[in-house]
Amino acid sequence: MKKVCTNKLTDEKFKALDEFIDKLSYKDGALITVLHKAQEIFGYLPVEVQLHVAQKLDMPAAKVNGVVTFYSYFSETPKGEHVISVCLGTACFVRGAENIIKEFEKRLSIKPGQTTADGKFSIDALRCVGACGLAPVVMVDGKVYGRVKVEDVDAILKNYI
Amino acid sequence: MSKYRMHLLVCGGTGCKASDSDGIISNLEKHIKEHGLENEVQVVTTGCFGFCEKGPIVKVHPDNVFYIEVKPEDAEEIVKEHLVKGRVVNRLLYVEPTLQERVGQHKDMAFYKKQIRIALRNCGFISPEDINEYISVEGYQALGKVLTEMSPEEVIELVKKSGLRGRGGGGFPTGIKWEAARKTASEDKYIICNADEGDPGAFMDRSILEGDPHSVLEAMAIAGYATGAKEGFIYIRAEYPLAIHRLQIAITQAREFGLLGKDILGTGFDFDLDIRYGAGAFVCGEETALIHSIEGDRGEPTNKPPFPAQSGLWKKPTSVNNVETFANIPPIILKGAEWFSAIGTEKSKGTKVFALAGKVNNVGLVEVPMGITLREIIFDIGGGIKDDRKFKSVQTGGPSGGCLTEENLDTPIDYETLASIGSMMGSGGMIVMDEDDCMVNVAKFYLEFTVDESCGKCTPCRVGNKRLHEILTRITEGKGTMKDLEVLKELGEAIKDTALCGLGQTSPNPVLSTMKYFWDEYVEHVKDKKCRAGVCTSLLSYYIIAEKCIGCTACARVCPVKCIKGEVKKPHEIDQSKCIKCGACYTACKFKAIEKR
Ligand SMILES: Cc1cc2nc3c(=O)[nH]c(=O)nc-3n(C[C@H](O)[C@H](O)[C@H](O)COP(=O)(O)O)c2cc1C
Ligand code: SF4
Ligand code: SF4
Ligand code: FES
Repeated sequence: MKKVCTNKLTDEKFKALDEFIDKLSYKDGALITVLHKAQEIFGYLPVEVQLHVAQKLDMPAAKVNGVVTFYSYFSETPKGEHVISVCLGTACFVRGAENIIKEFEKRLSIKPGQTTADGKFSIDALRCVGACGLAPVVMVDGKVYGRVKVEDVDAILKNYI
Repeated sequence: MSKYRMHLLVCGGTGCKASDSDGIISNLEKHIKEHGLENEVQVVTTGCFGFCEKGPIVKVHPDNVFYIEVKPEDAEEIVKEHLVKGRVVNRLLYVEPTLQERVGQHKDMAFYKKQIRIALRNCGFISPEDINEYISVEGYQALGKVLTEMSPEEVIELVKKSGLRGRGGGGFPTGIKWEAARKTASEDKYIICNADEGDPGAFMDRSILEGDPHSVLEAMAIAGYATGAKEGFIYIRAEYPLAIHRLQIAITQAREFGLLGKDILGTGFDFDLDIRYGAGAFVCGEETALIHSIEGDRGEPTNKPPFPAQSGLWKKPTSVNNVETFANIPPIILKGAEWFSAIGTEKSKGTKVFALAGKVNNVGLVEVPMGITLREIIFDIGGGIKDDRKFKSVQTGGPSGGCLTEENLDTPIDYETLASIGSMMGSGGMIVMDEDDCMVNVAKFYLEFTVDESCGKCTPCRVGNKRLHEILTRITEGKGTMKDLEVLKELGEAIKDTALCGLGQTSPNPVLSTMKYFWDEYVEHVKDKKCRAGVCTSLLSYYIIAEKCIGCTACARVCPVKCIKGEVKKPHEIDQSKCIKCGACYTACKFKAIEKR
């Protein structure tokens, strides 16, 4: 494994998660809701967190892992400090998003879903963020860049270095 | 909305927010205050106006003046000129391309002229975060009417008579679905609103939830009354934070007003609802998979029957309806079945919202009567193809749909006609493509999506689509054979016939439809190793145009395989036998001297 794990799994975080679970008004079908919260707290869902959730909700760990791996929104590896999300929805695709994501891959030497060795950036492929009028769209940590051209990639990255 | 003499409606949809509509709002408020107008003029953050291409949009009410591409710096001029002096700021008006003149009122814009707004009726006109504004436009009157004047059976009858069909893709008659849920006896029943919106080029459901969330809550309560359900869930993608935020506000306000919860409007009817989040799986838009996901499981589909209306969430009768379907319900209740069924075609009534995008001038959300032609949508409303390029194809129905061509442009579109020409209505994504789009590559794009999103439960979909994708990749790399084309077709048909759920059953459509309408292009890729759109890089070559090259050596320096030769200040040349087609030189040349062909 790369040394990217800067998120310490502190007791505080587990406590926050427990509080959330205890306050839930329902337990039936709560797993996905709990995992959303856990990912919000920890940034990703490492094995320790999955085991903890399984115990807390009184279900087999295999079931928790089955759900985590099924849904692409859940991540078992930590994300970079800055998450670059390139929209690969159809509108962005026909306006050249493929070349944009390739350029980011080239600049950072990682593939979508991966994090750079220094833990600084990761690339995600998204499907339609709903700003098709601005296609192709790139989002960095929630900030939207519209009508992005391959030549703009450098300038976008510079904002975060 | 009465206290103020004037309202400035500013779009707060995702697209316009991305272009800093928040900055516009705060600047407007600042300048309004500086001019002491804060008691006369109110700034309202609304949902999407639909005209996303020219966002951010500011509309002045009641003058009906429509400003486009507004920047935060423009706020001062709008306040000084328009609000104080009553003079329209001409430079911010839209130039109607067909007339070549600036038009101030949105009813004069070709973009809006052919639209009929039912599901989107309030988007862009009210603040989605204030229940009073929804109430002031007849909000919750339909719920009041059904609870006090109608029996559940009468509601179902009315919805049946209106001819409303599901807008989530399948087109199943909504009234009949409600009736089935009503007729299944059970203590507990559920209403689910499908807000998963998986089509990667569609955003109408999100815009409705961001712009008019109460219309969906009201309709869900009506559905609860009609079917006998007391509880509802909205299953929404976690990727839609703004829509989620506005839904949460709306639910809280509706509860405070006694429009959700126990004993609604004092009629003894109980109905409440909750939000559940999707987690990035397209197949969860399929209703049985969605139900499993709400139950906290992997979102894998199961065979139908039993249909959810018989055995759905926690094995109880459940009606799953789409966001846009719900948004149509309150007007149908208030205006009647005849009013609604007068719009549209024989079998498809009412309107459909399309997310018009791609190579078209006016990207945005459009709501049009069923039976309109694709030509009217793309050329009249959409303003034609961007940069005066030539129209090539339009894709409807997302990954389940097909690519249509020039010859289909004049077909009046509804559920049946679209299916008969090899595509489908789907949830309403409409992507326009021009001559620079390679149809083989487009088919490959959709297949990539399906391969990613197949849940893997059944073999035809899991393995079959992967094969299709491999073959398409080969073809775009110039390694395809004529035999490959035969296999594509046979395998595609086989997957359609044997896959378990709607995802697999429709996934070959993009391939099959492009093969049907753009056969020549496939053959060119295979036989001539040519991509006429210049998209498939392996089939391209890079050339330096000697007349344009000034010999700056930039290209030679970036070329990773050092195959560009030439002296300083003399035209350079690429050694085609060594070129790996990486395109580095193409990007490096500042003089447009390198061409790909
Ligand atoms: C693979 C697949 C994905 C689907 N995605 C959606 C979706 O994102 N939103 C939606 O409303 N319906 C979707 N549907 C259709 C639903 O299964 C269901 O028919 C619909 O929600 C019913 O609502 P309606 O009758 O109002 O259209 C999908 C179906 C399939 C097979
Ligand atoms: S068709 Fe595809 S998505 Fe549907 S059940 Fe089969 S594998 Fe899963
Ligand atoms: S970069 Fe362009 S101008 Fe410079 S040598 Fe290469 S082709 Fe000629
Ligand atoms: S396809 Fe990229 S924002 Fe819609």
